[in-house]
Amino acid sequence: MQSNILICGVGGQGIVLTSKLIAAAAMEKDIPVMSAETIGMAQKGGSVFSFLRLGDDIYCPMFPEKTADIIIGFEPAEAVRMLPYLKDGGKIVLNTHPIMPVTATLSGSDYTGREMIEYLQRNVEDVTLVDGDRACEEIGSPKVLNMVMLGAAVRNDVLPFTIDEIEDIMKKTVKPQFVELNSKALRY
Amino acid sequence: MHKEFLMGNAAIARGAVAAGLNVVSGYPGTPSTEVLETTAKLNDGSIYVEWSVNEKAALELGAGAAYSGARAMVTMKQVGLNVASDPLMSLAYIGVKGGMVIMVADDPGPISSQTEQDTRHFASFSKLPCFDPSSVQEAYDMIQDAFEYSEKYHTPVLFRPTTRVCHGYASVEVKDESEYKVNKPEGFVKDSSKWVIFPRLSYNAHMHIEERNAELSQVFSDYGHNFIVPAKDSSCRKGIATHGISYTYVMEALKDKEAPAVFKVSTPFPFPEQAAVKFLEGLDAVLCIEELDPVIERELTYICGKYHLSTKILGKLTHNVKTAGENTCGSVSVNIAGFMGWDIPETSETEAPPALPVRPPVLCAGCPHRASFFAVKEAMKGKKSVFCGDIGCYTLGNAMPLDMVDTCLCMGAGVNITQGIGKIEPDTNCFAFVGDSTFFASAITGAVNAVYNQANMTLVVLDNSTTAMTGHQPHPGTGRTMMGQVVDKVSIQEVLRGVGVKTVETVDPLDLKTAVETVKRVAAEDGVKAIIFKSPCAVLIKSGKPAVIDPDKCTNCKRCIKTLGCPGIVMRDGRPAIENSLCTGCGLCSQVCPFNAIGGAGNAE
Repeated sequence: MQSNILICGVGGQGIVLTSKLIAAAAMEKDIPVMSAETIGMAQKGGSVFSFLRLGDDIYCPMFPEKTADIIIGFEPAEAVRMLPYLKDGGKIVLNTHPIMPVTATLSGSDYTGREMIEYLQRNVEDVTLVDGDRACEEIGSPKVLNMVMLGAAVRNDVLPFTIDEIEDIMKKTVKPQFVELNSKALRY
Repeated sequence: MHKEFLMGNAAIARGAVAAGLNVVSGYPGTPSTEVLETTAKLNDGSIYVEWSVNEKAALELGAGAAYSGARAMVTMKQVGLNVASDPLMSLAYIGVKGGMVIMVADDPGPISSQTEQDTRHFASFSKLPCFDPSSVQEAYDMIQDAFEYSEKYHTPVLFRPTTRVCHGYASVEVKDESEYKVNKPEGFVKDSSKWVIFPRLSYNAHMHIEERNAELSQVFSDYGHNFIVPAKDSSCRKGIATHGISYTYVMEALKDKEAPAVFKVSTPFPFPEQAAVKFLEGLDAVLCIEELDPVIERELTYICGKYHLSTKILGKLTHNVKTAGENTCGSVSVNIAGFMGWDIPETSETEAPPALPVRPPVLCAGCPHRASFFAVKEAMKGKKSVFCGDIGCYTLGNAMPLDMVDTCLCMGAGVNITQGIGKIEPDTNCFAFVGDSTFFASAITGAVNAVYNQANMTLVVLDNSTTAMTGHQPHPGTGRTMMGQVVDKVSIQEVLRGVGVKTVETVDPLDLKTAVETVKRVAAEDGVKAIIFKSPCAVLIKSGKPAVIDPDKCTNCKRCIKTLGCPGIVMRDGRPAIENSLCTGCGLCSQVCPFNAIGGAGNAE
């Protein structure tokens, strides 16, 4: 069994932590795991991606185009940017809330995210839309977006884990006072 | 042994600690920084850990420790080795007693560096053995080998991972603490015939180094991480030679294929010549897949000549592999398909995506550097000026709309470049911007040069009290060390006064009016003068309440957006709006707004 997972979005959305959590869940089940992400110049506001591979016979963390089983997109345009990596028949779990780049503000371009969502829906059969903004508002914290997204991805049956397994790992990772909030987000 | 999920740089640190590390020193630089940081986290107090003031200081300190029998590691990025190259070249002749590994991270792409230089060349230039790991696991294993070889041959060795190994994560087999080696340094034993470099010693050392490297070439031919993966079909007369992360791309590309033989080179210097000959014999053609420079390709071409082999060597020099940038799984499989005569999988016709928003790196919302640049820009409006930048977050001051970085070359260069421009264009207001960490690393000599040689310039120190770009490391101005001590801060103001800069003014850049006035006044003086813009990095302080725009006062002139380019101000429904998740409440925009429409949270009431 091998899974290639691509998580993408914008710096500050909690992508790296999501990737670490999936890796920890794999370690717990003794599944070999590798990952790679952008770090360095990509700080707050830059495009961020994390490649994650689970299973045997893996040489490198980065996988070739058209081989991702799932893209967990925290931002519509970022999911479109990484779409070439999705395999035929692969799935997308997408947060519908767009993040405007500074350059769009300067040039007065009217990026809304809508055109990205429609493009993905036209070109990929299995797209799960998540209203991450509303979810965070209902749960009561903007910091749980990554758990909302991870929960939605797990329910898609692509990752070799159950919600309970992810929850157990989460409990070991986050501070005790945030466990309840994150559990709610995972099961949103 | 047990398994852990580690970043490559953390694995290097863990391996070094398992090898009995006594001392680690370095200077931060992507992608090398986490090696020293992880060592500091693992440290039970038995290891001396320091961020040195620059790479030269770090390497010299490491040398002293290794002279005394310690196992020492020095960490830096590739361009840092340029700074440390003076001691490096001589230390190669002197050698060491304790194992000494110089960990230099290369950055193909480059992703976050000025150059795509290849440290494997520095290895052959300095005649030092070099290790080039291909994975997180190999990085862990080979750093320990590096210490063993260093100590056995009494020579410092280079250890050269690249970004994808440094920053990749993997589940790896690591030693339990009970399996760690313990090294007790003997101490420095005086022997001036050994530790003092003189022409006679250098001649003898040079003789010895060449003999040793010939021997090491033999030894490395049998080194376990240099190996040949045999062809699936033994009649195949083609081969692939590779190294580092590219080796893993090659193996991915060859999965489920009639794979040719693969030669993996983990010690580019001294080159494992006998292993190479064994690989080349019987092959018609070899494709070299490398990142940065064609080091293996040149070696194999040389070996073919030396041994009269008719194998055709292909790679970057023959334009079969692109000459710059990093390799990827995709680029390598295309290179191999071309070489093997395999079909290149066609890309299926898909609808072209809508225009994607670009997200170039920008200064964070609330970054005090934005205020500093803006103050200088305002003060110099309409005056002939040049703004020399330097290496750090503040290089991002080049972006529109600030557009305040006219030059950037290497650490500490701006302060001298602006002097050169001033000598040719005496009517220009010459500025040099330098961060606090860069000031200590390599701008002090530039300030002395300016004072002594009668330059006419303004040195602007952007003091945010941290080394921000690489993830907030302490430096001499912060008063904290990696051993957890709180020490006297080295004052930038006192340093500048001490070297003869008569006007040194310290201002908070977020007090825009005072900042602009100060720049106007100071820049008008003759000679060398300095302004220290002091305000902490926005990432490190607790954010204030976000700004609020009063819709009744806002005329939609967009001056806030057009002049500052702050990610905390966005256009919403055709009007400027505050992005509350980003705004730190620094107050700069409210000082820029001509209509007093932007205020603190109190404005809402």
